[in-house]
Amino acid sequence: MKAILLDNIEHDLPVAHKDRVLLRWLSTVDHKELGILYLLAALLFFIIGGTEALLMRTQLAVANNHLLGPEAYNQLFTMHGVTMIFFVMMPALLGLTVYLTPLMIGANEMAFPRVNAFSFWMTFFGGLLLYFSFAAGGAPNAGWFNYAPLNQSQYSTSPGINYYAMGLLLGGIGSVTTGINIVVTILKLRVKGMTLKRLPLFVWMALVNGFLIIAALPSLNAALSMLLLDRLLDAHFFNTTSGGSALLWQHLFWMFGHPEVYILILPAFGIYSEVFQVFSQKKIFGYAFVAASSVAIGLLSFGVWAHHMFAAGLGNTMNSFFGASSMLIGIPTGIKIFNWIATMYGGRIRLTTSMLFAVAFLIEFTIGGLTGIAFSIVPIDWQLTDSYYVVAHLHYVILGGSLFGLFSALFYWFPKISGRMLNEKLGKWFFWLFVAGFNLTFFLQHFLGLMGMPRRVYTYQNIPYYTLLNLLSTAGAYLMAAAVMVLLYNIYKTVKGEKIKNKDPWNAFTLEWYADSPPCQKNFENVPVVTSRRPFYDLKNLEKRDVD
Amino acid sequence: MNRLMMKLTIGSEAVFFICLIVSYLFFWKSGNFQQEAAAHLHIKTTGLFTVLLLGSSFTFWRAEKAHSQQNNKGMKGWLIATILLGGIFLAGQGREYYNLINENVWISKSEFGSSFYTLTGFHGLHVFIGLIVLLIVLLLTMNGYLRDKGSTVVSTVGIYWHFVDAVWIFVFTTVYVLPYLL
Ligand code: HEM
Ligand SMILES: [Cu+2]
Repeated sequence: MKAILLDNIEHDLPVAHKDRVLLRWLSTVDHKELGILYLLAALLFFIIGGTEALLMRTQLAVANNHLLGPEAYNQLFTMHGVTMIFFVMMPALLGLTVYLTPLMIGANEMAFPRVNAFSFWMTFFGGLLLYFSFAAGGAPNAGWFNYAPLNQSQYSTSPGINYYAMGLLLGGIGSVTTGINIVVTILKLRVKGMTLKRLPLFVWMALVNGFLIIAALPSLNAALSMLLLDRLLDAHFFNTTSGGSALLWQHLFWMFGHPEVYILILPAFGIYSEVFQVFSQKKIFGYAFVAASSVAIGLLSFGVWAHHMFAAGLGNTMNSFFGASSMLIGIPTGIKIFNWIATMYGGRIRLTTSMLFAVAFLIEFTIGGLTGIAFSIVPIDWQLTDSYYVVAHLHYVILGGSLFGLFSALFYWFPKISGRMLNEKLGKWFFWLFVAGFNLTFFLQHFLGLMGMPRRVYTYQNIPYYTLLNLLSTAGAYLMAAAVMVLLYNIYKTVKGEKIKNKDPWNAFTLEWYADSPPCQKNFENVPVVTSRRPFYDLKNLEKRDVD
Repeated sequence: MNRLMMKLTIGSEAVFFICLIVSYLFFWKSGNFQQEAAAHLHIKTTGLFTVLLLGSSFTFWRAEKAHSQQNNKGMKGWLIATILLGGIFLAGQGREYYNLINENVWISKSEFGSSFYTLTGFHGLHVFIGLIVLLIVLLLTMNGYLRDKGSTVVSTVGIYWHFVDAVWIFVFTTVYVLPYLL
C-alpha cells in the first residue's frame, strides 16, 4: 500500500530578516523561533528563580541565621514563587506548545503568527517589569498569592506589589492571547484526516489547556486590576480598614489559582503521553480515556478553588463541598497513571534520560498527589496549612510533575529543535543528581511541616531535629544546583557539536518527526493524509499500518 | 478562523465581567452601599442611553446586511450611525461621571464608588475600543477595501460589538434595576 501525500497548503509565511540576526529574533513571527524564545526566556528566569531558592535555603541551613533579614527573605520567597510559576513554567510549557502544535497537526504556522509574537513579548516584558521592582524601591513581598490586606499600601509600603500586579497583568494578557491562538490553530489548521479522535495526546492536552487559560486567567486579571485601583487610586476592594474584603481577593485569586495548577500539569501530561509511547515502542493504552479524563479534569478544576481557603472560616457546608470535590479530581488523575503504566507494560522499553524523567514522574507525582488528597480532608488541612508540609506538597507536584515533564521534553525534542542530540551520559548524571537532590530537599520537608515548622519564616529556633533536617534540605538544594550546571554544560557542548544525520533518532510516531530536524521555515513541503493516531509510524510501516 | 478567535475572546471577556459583577454584588450589603446607589443613580437617564446603545447593535446589524449585499453606501451610513450611537452612549457616561464626582461620589470615597466606577468603567473602555475598531472599519469601507462579501472582518467586529452591548444589559440590570427589585 502506498501512502498518499498531499501538497501542503501554501500559506503566506512571513519572511524573516535573515541577514540581521538581532533584528530577526526581535521581529520574528515564526512559531518555531518564538517557541525557542519562550524556552530561552524561561531558562533565564529559571536561573534567577533558582538562585533565589538557593539564597533562601542557605539562609535556612542553620538555626538563628542572620545572613538575610526578614524583609529580604519575604521578597525572596515571593519573587521565587512568582517567577517559577508565571515566568518559568508558563512560558516554557506554552513555548513548547507553540513550537510543537503546528508541527504535530501538519500545519506550517499558528493561526495568528503576529498574535503569537505579541503574546511572547507581553509575557517577557511582564517578567522584566516584575524584576524592575528591585530598582524601584523593593520587590513584592506578600507571597505569590499576595493575600489581602497584606497587599495594601499601608502594609506593604514599597511599590513592589504594584509591579507584581502590572507584571502579572501583562503576562496574563499574553497567556490569554496564546490560549486563544492555540485553540484556533488546533481546531482550524489540522491536516486532512486528522480528526479530533486522531490528535496526538500532546495536542489534546494543549487544546484543553487553551480553554482552561481562556476561562481561568480573566479572574486573576480582574483581581489584579482591582488591586491596582486599590493601591493607586485608593479604591476599597481589598482594604479591610475601609470596608474592603480580604475574602474577595482569596476567592478571585483561587478561582484562577487552582485551574492554574492544571494549566501547568496538563501540557506535562501531554509530554509524558508521547514519551511513554515512543520509548516503549507501543501505542498508548486507553487513548480515549486519557483524552476524555483531561476534559473532566479541566471542568472539575473550576469547582475546587475553596480548598485553598479551608482556614478562612467559610463554614462546614462550604468546606465539606470543596473537600469532596477536591477528592473527586484525584480519580481521573489517578487512572491516567495506570494508563501510562499499562503503556509501558510489555513494551520495548528504552531508558533514555527522557524516559527516566517520565518514569520518575510516576513516583514523585503520586507522592505529591497523595499529600494533596490528605489536604482535602479539612481537619488535616487546618493542622498543616502554612507549614513546610505545604512547601513539600507543592514542590512534589510542580517539580515532580511539570518540571520533570519539561526535562523529559527537552531531551526528547532537543534533536527536533536543534538537529543535535544531547549527550545521554551527561543526561543521566543530570537525572540522578537532580532526582537525589530533589527528594533530599523536599521529602524531609514533610517531616518539618508535621513537626510544626511554618513556611515563610526567615529563621527558626534550635529545636530538636530542625537544624539537621533543614541542613540536609539545603544540601539537597545544592545537589539540584549542581545538576542544573551539568545540564547547562550538556546543552552548551551539544549546541557547539555535530549535527545528526538521522532526522528521526527515536523512531517516533507523530508528524513533527516527519519534518526535517530542525524543520525548515516552511515546516512541510507535503504531508501524508492521516489515517490513524500514529501517522509517521504508518508511513514507516506501510504494511502494518494502524487502523483507528 | 477570525470568527472563532473572536468568540473565544469574548468568552474570556465574559468571565472577566462576571468577576466584576460578582465583586459589585459582593459589597451590596456593606456600609451605605444601597443608599448611595439609590441616591445617586438615575435609572431614567441611563435607561435612555441604554436604548441608544442597544440601537447601535441594530444599526450594526444593518451594516452587516448591507455588507453582504455589497451595498457600500448603505454600509457606510449604518456604520456612521453605529459610531454616533456608541459615541453618544460614552458621552452620556462621561456626563454621569461628571455629575457623580460633583456629588462627591468617587472611587476612593466608598465601596459603592469603587465597585461602580470599576464595573461601568471597564465596560466604557470596551465601548471605546469598539469605537476605534469601528472607525477603522469605516475608513476601510470608504476606501473600498471591504467590497469582498466573503471577508469576515465585518462579522468578526460584529461579534465584539454585540457582545459589548449584551454585557451592558447585565451591567445595567445589576447596577440600575436591581435596587428596585430587591
Ligand atoms: C529548584 C529547586 C527549588 C528549591 C530549592 C526551592 C525552594 C523553595 C523555598 C525555600 C521556598 C520558600 C518556602 C517558604 O519559606 O515558604 C519555596 C517556595 C515556593 N516555590 Fe520553590 N524551590 C525550587 C523550585 C521551584 C519550582 C521549579 C517551582 C515552580 C514551578 C517552585 C514554586 C514555589 C512556590 C509557588 C513557592 C511558594 C512561594 C510563596 O510562599 O509565596 N519552586 N521554594
Ligand atoms: Cu487547588
